[in-house]
Amino acid sequence: MQANVTDKQTAASSSAAATRLKQQRGRAEMMGERAIEVVIHLCGFSAIIFVFGIFFFVFREGAPFLAKLNIGEFLFSTEWFPTSQSHAKYGVGALIVGTLSVTSLAMVIAVPFGLGAAVFVSEFCNGKSKETLKVVIELLAAIPSVVWGFIGLTVMSPIIIKTFQVPIGVNMFNGALLLALMSVPIMVSIGEDALKAVPDSYREAAIAMGATKWQLVWRVLLPAAKNGLLAAVLLGVGRAIGETMAVLMATGHSVRIPHSIFDPVRTLTATIAAELGETSKGSDHYQSLFLIGILLFTITFVVNLAADLIVKGIKKK
Amino acid sequence: MTRKFLLNCAIPVGVIITAGTLLLTGCGKNDGGAGGSKKQAIANIGSDTMVNLAIAWADAYSKVDPTVSVEVNGGGSGQGVAALINNSCDIANCSRKFEDKEIADFDAKHPGKEPKEFMVGYDALSVFVHKDNPMTEISIEELQQLYMQDGKISKWSHLGVSNIPGAKGDEVILVSRQNNSGTYHYFREAIVGKKNEMRLGTVDMNGSKDVVDLIAKTPNAIGYSGMGYATPAVKHLRISKKKGEKAVEPTIATTLDKSYPIARPMFMYTAGEPSPQIKKYLDWIISDAGQKIVKETGYVPLPK
Repeated sequence: MQANVTDKQTAASSSAAATRLKQQRGRAEMMGERAIEVVIHLCGFSAIIFVFGIFFFVFREGAPFLAKLNIGEFLFSTEWFPTSQSHAKYGVGALIVGTLSVTSLAMVIAVPFGLGAAVFVSEFCNGKSKETLKVVIELLAAIPSVVWGFIGLTVMSPIIIKTFQVPIGVNMFNGALLLALMSVPIMVSIGEDALKAVPDSYREAAIAMGATKWQLVWRVLLPAAKNGLLAAVLLGVGRAIGETMAVLMATGHSVRIPHSIFDPVRTLTATIAAELGETSKGSDHYQSLFLIGILLFTITFVVNLAADLIVKGIKKK
Repeated sequence: MTRKFLLNCAIPVGVIITAGTLLLTGCGKNDGGAGGSKKQAIANIGSDTMVNLAIAWADAYSKVDPTVSVEVNGGGSGQGVAALINNSCDIANCSRKFEDKEIADFDAKHPGKEPKEFMVGYDALSVFVHKDNPMTEISIEELQQLYMQDGKISKWSHLGVSNIPGAKGDEVILVSRQNNSGTYHYFREAIVGKKNEMRLGTVDMNGSKDVVDLIAKTPNAIGYSGMGYATPAVKHLRISKKKGEKAVEPTIATTLDKSYPIARPMFMYTAGEPSPQIKKYLDWIISDAGQKIVKETGYVPLPK
């Protein structure tokens, strides 16, 4: 009898211990999961924190200068004499024209090549050649920009002088050519994704109606994928505007409104890179360079936002 | 889709890695300063003009005193001054004197101390043209009219030069430096004058060597850089003060007797009196062994 009772008691207590253990393990697992969740959340939010942090610091350094400055003169004057001893002038008009002209020329070169390559890789290419092409194009994206700049300065410059009979080889054309080569890989990758997203039923329907390959691409795929392709182009534009090292070395870095595509120009990014290192902190010159940073931030933000909205547009469809 | 996902992940990860590296290197630097048992590090930051020379000194000094390692960084005279003010270097290289504003900033951060100046050699600026250019000399006046905003000279024919082999058109391509380098400041002061502006539309290179490289590839170009940066692909011009006066070759002798008009002293600065170890290094630089390196790297040593 007695033995029986103790047996029962021990059985009961051991089963209670087992459930407690189970609960404890459950709690530990829960805690672990919570912790991992928090870490992942932090990772997610860190991007936002960094972006706003960067924006905050750039704005804090540049904003005080806004008060001292005539915005119209800053944006439209072409006189950039930040280190003048008698009367310093901060006009970034020529730099804005430089950035826009180099970028647009780069896009004129890159868009046909980039989108053409995307169509080729996605529609005309199969198996091994497709894989090889994709790897090589991604390799193109992996070349550091300073290497591009070096090629522009030492290899392309004399070739441009000889081929086009112009007095200087580091110019808008040289820079634009490099930027085109640098933004083509992005366009191909994103553009190919966009074409891949077009349902196969479209292709089948077009072929069933007797369309040639050309008609299929031109009349069916391009219109169907146009948002994605536009996004690809805009991301390429963003890459080109933000690029610094290659244009610093290859555009000639000269403050002027270009009259031909063979004139040297200077871009906003290159100006910051070349001059920020040696300005004394807090000076007008320093603040004006940060103001250029804000300007660039705004331009690339608008371009990226446009690309994002367009991509969202596709998903809704 | 996957690619976009990867891209989205890569950006924050990249930022975190960069931030981490920055933090680590920051800590590393502090450890180097505190740990006396290891090699004593001397941080030497500043003038791009002097950076080749400073590296040559540091290399040679590692054999003279193996317990010291001198870490050289370029970036420009202004950066050296800023580093000295912010205590992030021991010696600042400067191809110009401290400006008044910089001395004020220094006093604010280091009350009771003064930036101590050591003259370590001279730098002569050469005016370079393409090696095929027939020109051999130029006057300061002509240089001023070339480089001054609204200056009168913008064509090679204005300088009496024609038929440069390989040149396209008559335009002079003016090569200059970014507008806050020590070399630019000195050239502007010595050639263009304080009251005038440098011409807009010069091709501004981002280093002394880049100027020479660009001129070597551009028959229409003219530009200025340190005498030590001369290569066989470019030609230096003799300089006269006025047109018709005798033009002077940039050499050590002409720099020292001040007959060559565009030469300047180079300085090293410390914050107040240097520590014994740094003093030893600076003394060695001024000694015959150090000055021999000045000559070897293409600069002009101090007169004996």
